[in-house]
Amino acid sequence: MPAAVEFRSVSRHFGPASAPIKAVDGVDLTIAEGAFFAMLGPSGSGKTTCLRLISGFESPTAGEICIFGQNVSNTPPHLRNVNTVFQDYALFPHMNVRDNVAYGLMVKGMGRAQRYAKAEEMLALVHLDAYGSRKPGQLSGGQRQRVALARALVNEPKVLLLDEPLGALDLKLREAMQDELKSLQQRLGITFVFVTHDQHEALSMADSLAVFNDGKIAQIGTPAEIYAQPKTRFVADFVGSSNVLPPALTQSLGGPAKWSSLRPETLHIDPAGALSGIVTSLRYLGSGHRVAITTQGQDIAAILPSGTALPEPGQEIRLGFPPEALHVMVDP
Amino acid sequence: MTAILPAKSIADRLTTLFWRKPKLLLALLITPPLLWLGVIYLGSLAALLLQSFYSIDEFSGMVVREFTLKTYGELLRPQNYDIILRTLTMSAAVTIGSVILAFPIAYYAARYAKGRWKAVFYLGIMLPLWSSYLVKVYAWKLILAKEGILTWAVTQTHTNFLLDAALALPGIGGNSLSTSYIGMFLVFTYVWLPFMILPMQAALERVPTSMLEASQDLGATSSQTFRTVIVPLALPGIIAGSIFTFSLTMGDYIIPQIVGNSANFIGMAVYQLQGTAGNTPLAAAFAVIPIVIMLIYLSLAKRAGAFDAL
Repeated sequence: MPAAVEFRSVSRHFGPASAPIKAVDGVDLTIAEGAFFAMLGPSGSGKTTCLRLISGFESPTAGEICIFGQNVSNTPPHLRNVNTVFQDYALFPHMNVRDNVAYGLMVKGMGRAQRYAKAEEMLALVHLDAYGSRKPGQLSGGQRQRVALARALVNEPKVLLLDEPLGALDLKLREAMQDELKSLQQRLGITFVFVTHDQHEALSMADSLAVFNDGKIAQIGTPAEIYAQPKTRFVADFVGSSNVLPPALTQSLGGPAKWSSLRPETLHIDPAGALSGIVTSLRYLGSGHRVAITTQGQDIAAILPSGTALPEPGQEIRLGFPPEALHVMVDP
Repeated sequence: MTAILPAKSIADRLTTLFWRKPKLLLALLITPPLLWLGVIYLGSLAALLLQSFYSIDEFSGMVVREFTLKTYGELLRPQNYDIILRTLTMSAAVTIGSVILAFPIAYYAARYAKGRWKAVFYLGIMLPLWSSYLVKVYAWKLILAKEGILTWAVTQTHTNFLLDAALALPGIGGNSLSTSYIGMFLVFTYVWLPFMILPMQAALERVPTSMLEASQDLGATSSQTFRTVIVPLALPGIIAGSIFTFSLTMGDYIIPQIVGNSANFIGMAVYQLQGTAGNTPLAAAFAVIPIVIMLIYLSLAKRAGAFDAL
């Protein structure tokens, strides 16, 4: 069975050929059918360009893109069986919610009664049954997001693309929408590909993800793999603010002379611990405390659960960790 | 104990007053322009309306200051009615022609022109407005004349048959372009085109790119996107531009005198009636026509949902 989306050494360069800006640079990527796939990275890392390559708003400078085994590199967006939920939702302000949702069916020539019935069905799916006659301007941000979702899903796409879908929502709504998106995806069985710069969102929603940096994929894997076994310094640093240890420090802790990562929550206060240093800051996180110490000129953060006896800033303490927590990376 | 605030000067007292009563500042700023608008503009409009309900004594030629609908009745006389119909048709044709010509230019400027090209665009649109209106109209008369450059160009390219066919059209053709309705249409469209392009471009610029992408993404072809998304969203700009081209054509009295077959238009009629004929009431009644037509046009546009995207 072919993959839902496949990138074969795809590049997208902008600007003059002599000094191109490499937005996407030789990306190989396979997204399995039915996956909830995240593209994670800082702004300018090429993740959004990759999404636009799938939807067809960008065409590759080199390489090819396949959707369900079909090379779509030269297919315009309106002929691809994918739909997008835009970051700003891009709802048509001059149409009411029902017409917005039915738009994709209307341009395909479906009759009014039939497309309105389908639109209402979709609106019910996103809990907006009673809102069909309103204009997008009369809806809240969360409601607009749902309309955008219904408008894309009504076309029964093979792949649904979401560009920073939750970026404009406040924290509480964002968490509710995360659950809803996840359950919607499981119910419909459609491949979801979403772009985000928020590592928490990527880790909690996706069942596999790609971390982008400088137009290239730094690492692909399941959230657990990426979190626990980052391949590079960049991944360790970007996903979950890990402690990144230089080769000398790794060696002094019993590892090889390579860069390594140490998750803050694996550290605990231990009089016999291998790391010793002066406490430089202490921060309350709600669920626990974050303690930072300096050792060999390197800042190390530990997250201590509530109830732990806390050190004072300026005090010298020792931190210990289970041996498997020290993860050695491929970076030299 | 020393005061923490320094002593106040008059300027300080004034700014404090304005800070405490922001509406006072607003009132001070807005009163002069409101007086200008209210007294000089709306006042004279009211005077015009009043005049149109007076009539003229046919024997003495004096204005009778009594309310009557007689003057409006005169508008329905065949020769006056023809003037109104002719002006209306020309205004509508010029507006439609301007929309068709302006759209691609405005669309290019709004979506594709960047940096330097945008400046070139604005300059290109505005430059013709800097030269005298009369100079442009006379220039066009020469261009369109029988011995003009246009005739020369079609002769050189052996396309006379096109020009001849256009001039042979009944009603709008004529001896030469400069003495035909086609010529008048061309000059009007040229002169008022910037007033269509600019509001259209402003409206198109406000349509986010993601809106057009969303339409494509949902399966719409370019022409479907154009009809169902771009035009409705640009409609307020198109309407704004058409108000300019329509009312400017309706009120113009110079172009119909210089170009065309010297048939009468509303502007010319007003000019003659209030000048040589001294029939101010009828001139005023003629002047009311464009206002009424614009009001009808706007209310129809509003009902059709032209301003829903605002």
